[in-house]
Amino acid sequence: MAGDYLYFTELAGMPVYDLKHRRIGRVRDAAIVPVVDSSRIDRVLVGGGDSWLTIRYDQIQSIALGKGIALSDEQLTPYHEDEFMLRIGRDLLDQQIIDVTGRKVVRVNDLTFEIRNDGERDTLVVLEVDIGIRSIFRRVLQHALPPRWIRRLQEPIPPSSIKWDFCNVLEPDPLRRLRLNISYEKLERMHPADLADIVEELSHAEREAIFESIDSEAAAEALTEVDPKMQASILEALEPEKAADIVEEMDPDEAADALAELEDETSEEILDEMESEPKTDVQELLEYEEDTAGGMMNTDFVALPEDALTADATAAIEGAEELLETLNTLFLVDAEGRPTASIPLARLFVAQPGARLKELAAETLITAPADEKQHRITELFDKYNLLTLPVVDEEGKLAGVITADDVISVLRNG
Amino acid sequence: MLKQIRRFRYQILVFLAVLGPGFITANVDNDSGGIFTYSAAGARFGYLPLWTLIPITLALIVTQEMCSRMGAVTGKGLSDLIREEFGLRVTFVIMTLLVLANMTNVMAEFAGVASSLELFHISRYISVPLSAAAVWFLVVKGNYKSVEKIFLFGCLLYVTYIISGFLVRPDWKAAAINSVEPKLMLDKDYIYMLIGMVGTTIAPWMQFYLQSAVVEKGITVKDYAASRLEVIVGCIMTDVVAFFIIVACAGAIWSIHPRDIGSAAEAALGLKPFGQYAFLLFSAGLFNASIFAACILPLSTAYTVCEGLGFESGVNRRMREAPVFYFLYTLLIVAGAGVILIPNFPLVRMILLSQVLNGALLPFVLIYMVLLINKKDLMGVWTNPRWFNLVVWITVVVMIGLTLALVGITVRGT
Repeated sequence: MAGDYLYFTELAGMPVYDLKHRRIGRVRDAAIVPVVDSSRIDRVLVGGGDSWLTIRYDQIQSIALGKGIALSDEQLTPYHEDEFMLRIGRDLLDQQIIDVTGRKVVRVNDLTFEIRNDGERDTLVVLEVDIGIRSIFRRVLQHALPPRWIRRLQEPIPPSSIKWDFCNVLEPDPLRRLRLNISYEKLERMHPADLADIVEELSHAEREAIFESIDSEAAAEALTEVDPKMQASILEALEPEKAADIVEEMDPDEAADALAELEDETSEEILDEMESEPKTDVQELLEYEEDTAGGMMNTDFVALPEDALTADATAAIEGAEELLETLNTLFLVDAEGRPTASIPLARLFVAQPGARLKELAAETLITAPADEKQHRITELFDKYNLLTLPVVDEEGKLAGVITADDVISVLRNG
Repeated sequence: MLKQIRRFRYQILVFLAVLGPGFITANVDNDSGGIFTYSAAGARFGYLPLWTLIPITLALIVTQEMCSRMGAVTGKGLSDLIREEFGLRVTFVIMTLLVLANMTNVMAEFAGVASSLELFHISRYISVPLSAAAVWFLVVKGNYKSVEKIFLFGCLLYVTYIISGFLVRPDWKAAAINSVEPKLMLDKDYIYMLIGMVGTTIAPWMQFYLQSAVVEKGITVKDYAASRLEVIVGCIMTDVVAFFIIVACAGAIWSIHPRDIGSAAEAALGLKPFGQYAFLLFSAGLFNASIFAACILPLSTAYTVCEGLGFESGVNRRMREAPVFYFLYTLLIVAGAGVILIPNFPLVRMILLSQVLNGALLPFVLIYMVLLINKKDLMGVWTNPRWFNLVVWITVVVMIGLTLALVGITVRGT
């Protein structure tokens, strides 16, 4: 660690001296004002007599372990509750925060500051949030032993800290979140499965706060990965408009499963707020029983007429951008919409230009009716080594497809 | 009419969905220590102690209800809340005491396993290592849902006590009268026995376990009414079992010749003249209760400590991800089972020590609970109403008084 550092456990209780070196009190807490600076300690709160005083960072001359804080200005204001202050001792210490790079929820034991000197004064800057046994050791012995002893005794314990930049503070109250400049943008860049794991560990208020404020696409992806029961309680807690925005971004089959878990009234409310196209998809899927092929399937697929050429296939795939990451099979349908052949996507690459798709078809076409039971579907996947299984309605028309990931979910939850 | 039936069916479904935490916690309360206390009371004093069961049930309901309410409203465990509101040092002290108390509790449970199976002529050098290994694997390799199902099934097995209660054909009239008619005697042993009954009923670990289990299950304010009902039914069922244990021992042992018994296994032997089945059921019940509590105590302790001190926890994590959790869990089982195999280990002293530790810890836990549940910013409209606070404080004061008296007598007695 470069330069001089100070732990919050050492700052708390540190004596503060005025210009004539009289002690005016001890440090009670310190605060960042995130809208001004995200890591500089902006205020130090000092308990003198009955009331607390506020010291601005530019009123401090020097800060040193063992010597305390010396002021350069004595015009101190009494402390009053300020909504823009993130108080270290009250709002951060012992609370849970998200470690964005480590992808987990951690509890703050202590903070490490750097003492920075710009020639004029010493300033404290938050460097790291301390977790793990070393910081527990400091907290337990705080004020019981002199700080220098504690520093020496903790040496053998390996440190465990998170850079302040990679921490995401949690705040359920939206107004306060705004004032404290807390955003969950960092979370949007996480893998949805990691975000889902984090969310499952939080309390419901914090959970809802995250889903309320991250963008709908990231929210939808994360929600898909969350345990079905928890999905329902999250959707119920959100405003119907926000819930609808998120559900629209989900795959229709996942969306239908999530809505099916809700009470009818709530799912109606959410459906009402949805755009018409995803809404009809989801509503159609809601018609099917959950444990049948219809309940498992997705309505996103690429189907082409029987006489289509490879060029038509390329054009169709270009038009189905949201499928690009997962698509592995194309289907040919007759004039009534009944599936007649399946074409493994890879065969397109080795086909002669201008070839008919029909020539590329897999030897057999396996289909399942929409009311087929779930366990039969998993058997079909196993028996025929399928990646994608077309599902047909009563009239034999292609209604949707089941993909291997749907089957894996069933197997894991069953 | 049809609507009413549907409404009723819905309520039953909600009840079944939240079934688990309250039932399990209350039943584990009848662990090997509890069964011994109740058996001893029945063998020595017959039907006289039965009247205490109603106040005990009420006290149990009052404390358990608060935990499940806090869990449902805040979505956080009790040790989380204590940490967030009262800081690390308090949490650290409570957790240390809890680990010590629970370790001696686990020893008592494995002693129960050993002595109940010795009634079936199975050596403790076989039964204890096997059941310790089974307990360890059940939780580490299973998932929460299936483990909970096994636990609920374990709850059902307490029925054995009810049947053995009937088999000894006790004096039902005396039992009924004494259940509602308080009898106080200025007899040292009688008072000690009464205190012991109350003391084994409300243990510190239960509060932590119940609240975490409610959170883990995802119960929210919406399902809270059903959850509260579950807690109440669970508490009543526990004391119904206690009733039958006392009645069985009163009918089988006291009515022939009142005497002190040294262990729950001795009580089982006392039932032998009333038929092989009464004896078998009583012994099987003891085994079930001991192994059941031996499953839950180490798990609950590891969870609670890791939550409070901010280590990663949970059986869903791998060993490398949550080392402290697995270390604690394994330590409790190995130490708890290990000492049973040491010849001449002062087990009785250890069990007395566990009562003292439990007693020392309980006042703090109860007081912190009442302080937490009355925090507006935490509980919102779900804080205690004034009359309930009165009931709670009376319960707390009586509980603390009795526990301290128990500690006093225990310490002086050794």
